Amino acid sequence: MNAVKTRLEFRDVAVGKALRARLQHAMERAGREISVMHVCGSHEQAMARYGMRASFPRDLRVQMGPGCPVCVTDAPEIDACIALASQGVRVLTYGDMLRVPGRAMSLDDARAAGARVEVVYGANQVAQIARESKEPVLFFATGFETTAVATAALLLDNPSDNLVVLSAHKWVPAAMEVVAQTPESRIEGYLAAGHAATITGYGLFEPFVERYRIPVVIGGFEPLDILSALVLLTEQVVDGKHEVVNAFPRCVTREGNKKALAAMHAVFEMGDGDWRGIAHVPSGNLVLRKEFERWDARSRFGVELAAAPEVEERAAASECRCGGIMSGLAEPSDCQHFGKACRPDAPIGACMVSTEGACRIWFEHGIEGRR
Amino acid sequence: MKLPFSDESIGMKHGAGGRAMRALIESVFMDGVEGEAALMDDGAAIPWGDRFLVVTTDAHVIKPIFFPGGDIGRLAVSGVVNDLAMMGATEVLALTSSVILEEGFPVELLRRVKASMQIACREANAAVLTGDTKVMGKGEVDGLVMSTSGLGVADRVVRDGGLQLGDAVVITGTIGDHGLAVMSARHKLGLEGALVSDVAPLNLLVRAAMLAGGDAVHAMKDPTRGGVVSALAEMAEKADLGIVLDESSLPYSEAARAAADLLGIDPLGVANEGKALIGVRADALDAVLAALRAHPLGARATCIGRVVDDPRGAVLLDTGFGMRRLFERDGEPLPRIC
Repeated sequence: MNAVKTRLEFRDVAVGKALRARLQHAMERAGREISVMHVCGSHEQAMARYGMRASFPRDLRVQMGPGCPVCVTDAPEIDACIALASQGVRVLTYGDMLRVPGRAMSLDDARAAGARVEVVYGANQVAQIARESKEPVLFFATGFETTAVATAALLLDNPSDNLVVLSAHKWVPAAMEVVAQTPESRIEGYLAAGHAATITGYGLFEPFVERYRIPVVIGGFEPLDILSALVLLTEQVVDGKHEVVNAFPRCVTREGNKKALAAMHAVFEMGDGDWRGIAHVPSGNLVLRKEFERWDARSRFGVELAAAPEVEERAAASECRCGGIMSGLAEPSDCQHFGKACRPDAPIGACMVSTEGACRIWFEHGIEGRR
Repeated sequence: MKLPFSDESIGMKHGAGGRAMRALIESVFMDGVEGEAALMDDGAAIPWGDRFLVVTTDAHVIKPIFFPGGDIGRLAVSGVVNDLAMMGATEVLALTSSVILEEGFPVELLRRVKASMQIACREANAAVLTGDTKVMGKGEVDGLVMSTSGLGVADRVVRDGGLQLGDAVVITGTIGDHGLAVMSARHKLGLEGALVSDVAPLNLLVRAAMLAGGDAVHAMKDPTRGGVVSALAEMAEKADLGIVLDESSLPYSEAARAAADLLGIDPLGVANEGKALIGVRADALDAVLAALRAHPLGARATCIGRVVDDPRGAVLLDTGFGMRRLFERDGEPLPRIC
């Protein structure tokens, strides 16, 4: 149980107190409001889990950006998957995707209406199910770099021909570019996700930091990881610095996991695409390369996302503020529907569906916004 | 305060021990009911001379029937014995047992279930005095489900709503073992080994605490379905007081802590079947803790929090990094996917 002991070190309350004092000191030196963004649902969960938000300095705004893979999966991608499932194709997907509303219904609704939708826990399970089946098996592959690598490994392992992959994988750094280019954005620094950086390496953020002259700090997911990353980020903002700092050195290196990255780049190329709520993200989608066409749902079933049927959205959906929330322009409690019409049992936007979504996390932990 | 209820058909959440279940019970079963039953405690107390008879009943559906550390038989006996004990009825007069079996169920397994009921009865100094058996067709019921009832006697009735301002909140041992062990077995997560259910009858342990604490023992509840959060939320709500838990004091087995971290599940929200939460006046805390720790089932008894008057009706967790409110969840916690 060494792993458990190691984790407990990063929950040391006395060290946390010292880091909070340092954060407070940096904010006092700044003497103004500072907004930073994190891009990972797991960071938001950890902050909520430890009640950290209430102890942040008053003028430090820590906003959740486009860090929930389920939330940014575009409705037409879900609709395409539902359309195939409704035609009788056996669909495998991660559990989080089930209840996310497309434009007319969710995969779960489709399942209740008779479509064949099954939950898998990992890409390795997909290979096995496909091997044991004779009919086409569609894997609705969602998530960021972290799960894209698993999909890549699945396809590099020469899976059976009846496997069809509908990739909705996304590349987070591309969305950070979009936020950085948003004129009304007040974000002055980024807290990058430690698990994604374990794969990509922190060197990836060096050109970004230069281009936008904005600091990036890589943080882990224990309370002390998050606090120390916020200290290093805020101090850079206050001192006018912009560097990539690795505050998660026990997992992250500059180069990252070369083998995993090579697999990902061998299988996927960057393509332009829409992210739900955020709009068009250049090079934000991980699209299967031509060599993997025979497993690609887009060519096998002729999936054309733009051509997915236009359907009427739920009335309140047009007022959903997930987009603003994920772009760092609003907080969940700024939305008129948050916790009222929009709740986990009747979500309007994807941010309330996923356990990685900002609205869901705030709702379940009773976070009501800034004091 | 009555919970709102507008559901038209039963969902799994209505059996998960949280707010949805309480709303259903209040709306359907408690509609027009007054008196003892309306207290919605773990059982009902009936005056009997200068003592009290306490009666309780429990239905048991669990998948899988055999799990690490126990089975449905041990669970059925422990469940009713503990419900009696939580009201102060640590002397068990009688238990009943009804089983409903699915056509095709192996008799060998039934014998195993019965044997573990017998062992649990011995541990509780109790006996099943009467029972009933029914069989349903294949597919009409899942293997084996059962119901047990218990009759006990108490010198003094302890209520789950009896917390008082300034009380210490004690748990009699580690948190979350049962729920995490069953979940691990059900989803075949391969975490078995050190992770075993805590299912056990607690009446003799509770008796030791009551002897040591006397009338300073103000409230008791066993944190079964819905876990510590649901049990404490109900206790806080009924007493109209608040509870602040100190996270650093919460006792966990290493296996349960590791499993909960791995699965992304809050162990405070999963079931325990061999633990009691006890609200005790602060000046009697040391005596109660000493009595609990002297018993094998209470070796890791710990004070985990205190009763406050602000906020009322809520449970807060002091993580050392901040304070957050704990909410009851509707529905069974599910392991996270990615």
